[in-house]
Amino acid sequence: MKRIVYREWRIPPTQFWSLLGALAAVVGMSTLAFGYMEHTGHWVSGMNSSVVWGTPHVFAVFLVIAASGALNIASIGTVFHKPLGRLSGLLAVAMLMGGLLVLVMDLGRPERLIVAMTSYNFSSIFAWNIFLYTGFMVIVIAYLWTMADRQGAPFNYSVGVVAFLWRLALTTGTGSIFGFLVSRQAYDAAVLAPMFVLLSFAYGLAIFMMVLLYSFGEDNRPIGPKILRRLKNLLGVFVAGILYFVLIYHLTNLYGAKNDSFENWLLFNGGIHTFMFWIGWILIGGLLPLGIIYHPELSKERNWIMAACTLVVLGGLAAMYVIIISSQAFPIQMFPSHTIIESSFFDGVNGQPGPYTPTIPEVLLGFGGVAVALIITVVGVRVLQFLPESLSDDVIPIDEETLSEDAFAKPA
Amino acid sequence: MKDDNDAINSERRTFLGVAAGITAAAVAPGVILHTVAAAPRAEPVTSDVRWGLLIDTAKCVDGCSACVDACNHENGLNLQVMPAGESPQKWETQKAVWIRKIKLQDNQTGRVTTLPLMCQHCDDPPCVDVCPTGASFKRADGIVMVDRHLCIGCRYCMMACPYKARSFNHAEMHGQLTSVPRGKGCVESCNLCVHRRDFEQESTACVDACAAEGHHAIVFGDLKNPNSEISQLLNAMPSRQIREDLVLNTGVRYSGV
Amino acid sequence: MATVLKTCLVAAGLVWALAAQTVQAEEMKRYVVEGSRAATLPSCVEPTELMRRQHMEFIKHQRIATVHEGIRKEKYGLSGCVDCHISYSAERIPQPINQADQFCGACHAFAAVNLNCFDCHASVPNGTPLDAAAAHEAAGVAAQVQSHRDGEDH
Repeated sequence: MKRIVYREWRIPPTQFWSLLGALAAVVGMSTLAFGYMEHTGHWVSGMNSSVVWGTPHVFAVFLVIAASGALNIASIGTVFHKPLGRLSGLLAVAMLMGGLLVLVMDLGRPERLIVAMTSYNFSSIFAWNIFLYTGFMVIVIAYLWTMADRQGAPFNYSVGVVAFLWRLALTTGTGSIFGFLVSRQAYDAAVLAPMFVLLSFAYGLAIFMMVLLYSFGEDNRPIGPKILRRLKNLLGVFVAGILYFVLIYHLTNLYGAKNDSFENWLLFNGGIHTFMFWIGWILIGGLLPLGIIYHPELSKERNWIMAACTLVVLGGLAAMYVIIISSQAFPIQMFPSHTIIESSFFDGVNGQPGPYTPTIPEVLLGFGGVAVALIITVVGVRVLQFLPESLSDDVIPIDEETLSEDAFAKPA
Repeated sequence: MKDDNDAINSERRTFLGVAAGITAAAVAPGVILHTVAAAPRAEPVTSDVRWGLLIDTAKCVDGCSACVDACNHENGLNLQVMPAGESPQKWETQKAVWIRKIKLQDNQTGRVTTLPLMCQHCDDPPCVDVCPTGASFKRADGIVMVDRHLCIGCRYCMMACPYKARSFNHAEMHGQLTSVPRGKGCVESCNLCVHRRDFEQESTACVDACAAEGHHAIVFGDLKNPNSEISQLLNAMPSRQIREDLVLNTGVRYSGV
Repeated sequence: MATVLKTCLVAAGLVWALAAQTVQAEEMKRYVVEGSRAATLPSCVEPTELMRRQHMEFIKHQRIATVHEGIRKEKYGLSGCVDCHISYSAERIPQPINQADQFCGACHAFAAVNLNCFDCHASVPNGTPLDAAAAHEAAGVAAQVQSHRDGEDH
C-alpha cells in the first residue's frame, strides 16, 4: 500500500478566487437580508404565529444534521481506510458553522446571544444542544489535529471514538428538538430521534461525495472505481434506511384513530405539503437516487453518482420542509372530534392548515448558511492539506476482510 | 335501590351547583365594585395562591368579543400597527394575539360552542420546559409568563405550546404602556394581567369586560383558596381542561365543552 | 533629570485627568432636565455619584425582583426614573426620555452606551399603575397622555 500524500487544492487562482467571490456574494446578500429582517422585524418573513419556524430553519437543521453525518466518513475509517477523514472533519465543522449561523441570524433578538450563552435552562433540549454543538466543534477540531499532526496521532483512535459518540448524541439531540414536542401531532414521536440519525448519515455522505467528486475533478486527482463503489453503496443503504424509518413513522401514526386526520391530510390532501412529501422526500430524495445507485450501468458513472447525491440533498431539503413546516401547518387538535368553525387566530377553521409563504429574505438567510459552509471548506482545502493526492485503487488496496490489526491501529 | 341513590345525589349536586352559581353571580358585581385602593406588592409572590380562570361556555355569547377588546386595550395590543408595505392578510397571521374567540362544533351531535382561549397557565408548562434561556417561566403564584429581558426570540416555546397561546412580536412598537412593556423580537402571551395582580386588584381585564356585558362567563380567582368564588364554582359544576390528555394541570378551566 | 521630568509629566497628566473628570461631572449635571420633578430634588434615590455609576445595576436587580417575584413597591424601578425625569414641552406633551435632548438619551449619547430599555418600556409616563391619572392631572397633561388603564372609569 502506498503512503497517502495530502496536498492543498491546486486549482488555478482565477478559478479559486471566482469561486470564492461567488460564495462571498451570496454571503453578502444574506447579510443584507439579515440586517433587513432584524431592522424591520420578522414581519418581512413569511413566518407567523402558526408556522413559527420557516425556511431558515429548514436550511439550518439540514446543515446541522448533515454536519454530523459528514463526520461519519472519518468515524468509519475502517471501511475507507483513513484518507477521507480530514475532508470529512473539515466539512463537519464548516456545515455546523453555517447551520448555527442561520439559526442565530433568525433569532428575534440576535444581539442577546450572550444571554443564550450565560443563562441556561437545563430542562430544555435546546440548551443542551448549545453544548452539543460547541462541544462537537471542539472535538472535531481535536480530531482533525490527531489526523494531521504526528504528535496527535496516538490520540487518534480515542478522539475518534469520542467524536463518533458525540455526533450520535448531537443528531439525537437535534431530532429531539422536534421529537419532544408533545403539543403537535406530527412531532411527539421518539422515532424522530433515530430517524434524524439516519437522515444525517445520508445527507452528510451525499454532500461529502459531491464535494469530493467536484474537488477531485477540478484538480484532476484520480478516484478509483473501488472507493466510488463503496461510497455509493453506503449512500444507498442510508437512503433505504430513511425510507424504512418514514414507513415506520407513518404506520405508527396510521394505526391510531387519533392521527387519522393528520395522516390523511399529509399523505393525500395537503396540497404543497403532500407534494413535498411524496415528490420531494420520497421520490426525489429516495426512490430516484436508489434507482441510480443500484442501476447496473448508471451506478458506475461518476456523473450519475453526482446526480444521485444531488437528488438526495434536494430530497433532504424537502424532508426538512415536511418535518419542520408541514408539521406546524397542520392545526393543533385542541378539541378532538370537534370542528373549529370560527376563529380569529387561524386555529384550523374547518381543518385549514396554517398559512405560510416563504419570502426572499428568509430564503437568502438559508443560502447564506450554505455559502458560509462552502467558503470554510473551499478555503480549508485550498490552504491546508486536507485532500489526498489520489484515491485510485492502488492507494486503497485493502479490503475490510484483509485489514490487519496493524493497519487498523495505524493513524492516518 | 343503588340507582335511586345515585339519581338523588346527582340531582342534589346539580341543585347545589346552580345555587352556588347564582350566589356567585349575585356577589360578583359587588366584589368588583369594592375594589380596594391599589397597593403595590412589597413581598415576593408565594405559592400560597394559584391564580386561575373558569370559563363557563354556556354563558359565553356568540359574536361578543368584549374580553378580546378589553385585553387588547389593557395590555396595549391595540398599539401595534400594521407596518407599511405589509399585506393585511399576512399581518393577520403575524400580529400578537393574547386572547381569541373560537367557535366549534361537535362532529357527531352538531352542538356549537363558543369560548375564549388564552394561555392556560399550566402547572407543568411545556413552554417553560423548552425555553433555552429560562425566559419563559412560571411565577410562584402560577402565572406563566415571559421575562423579556432574557428572551432571545427563538420561538421554541411557540412550537411547544399545545394551545398556540403565544405570539411573537413581528414588528417594532411605539407608545407602550408603562404597565405592559412590549417590544419587537420577543415572545409574549396572556399573563393574567400580572400588573393588576401586583397592585392587588381583584380581577383581569377580560373578566371585567365580560361582567360589564352582563355575561359573567369568566371567573377569576385563587384556585388554592377553597373559599374563593372560583374554587366554589369548580367544586360545584363539572369542568375540564383543554387537552387533558397532556396532564398539564391547567390554571384555566372550561365548563360546558 | 530625565526622571524628574518624567515624574512631573505623569503628575501633570494625572492632575489634568482628574480636573477633566470634575469638569465632566459639572457638565453632566445639566442632563437633569429643567422642568422635570427631578430638577427640584436634591438627589435621586441614591446620592448622585452613586446613581451615575450604578444606576444600571440598581435597575437590573429591580427588574429581576419585579418580573420574577412581583415586587412593585420599588425604589429602583424604571417607571420611577421616567416619572421623575420626564419633561414636558410648551404644549405640556411629555418628551420621550430616550430622546437625544432628554435625560436618559442625552447622557447615553454622550457616553456612547446603547440604550435599549425603551425598545419595550414606555418612554413617557403612560398609565403608571399607581397614580398616572393623578400625576397627569397635576401636570396638566391628562388630555395628551393616553391612559389605557381599565377600571379607572368604573
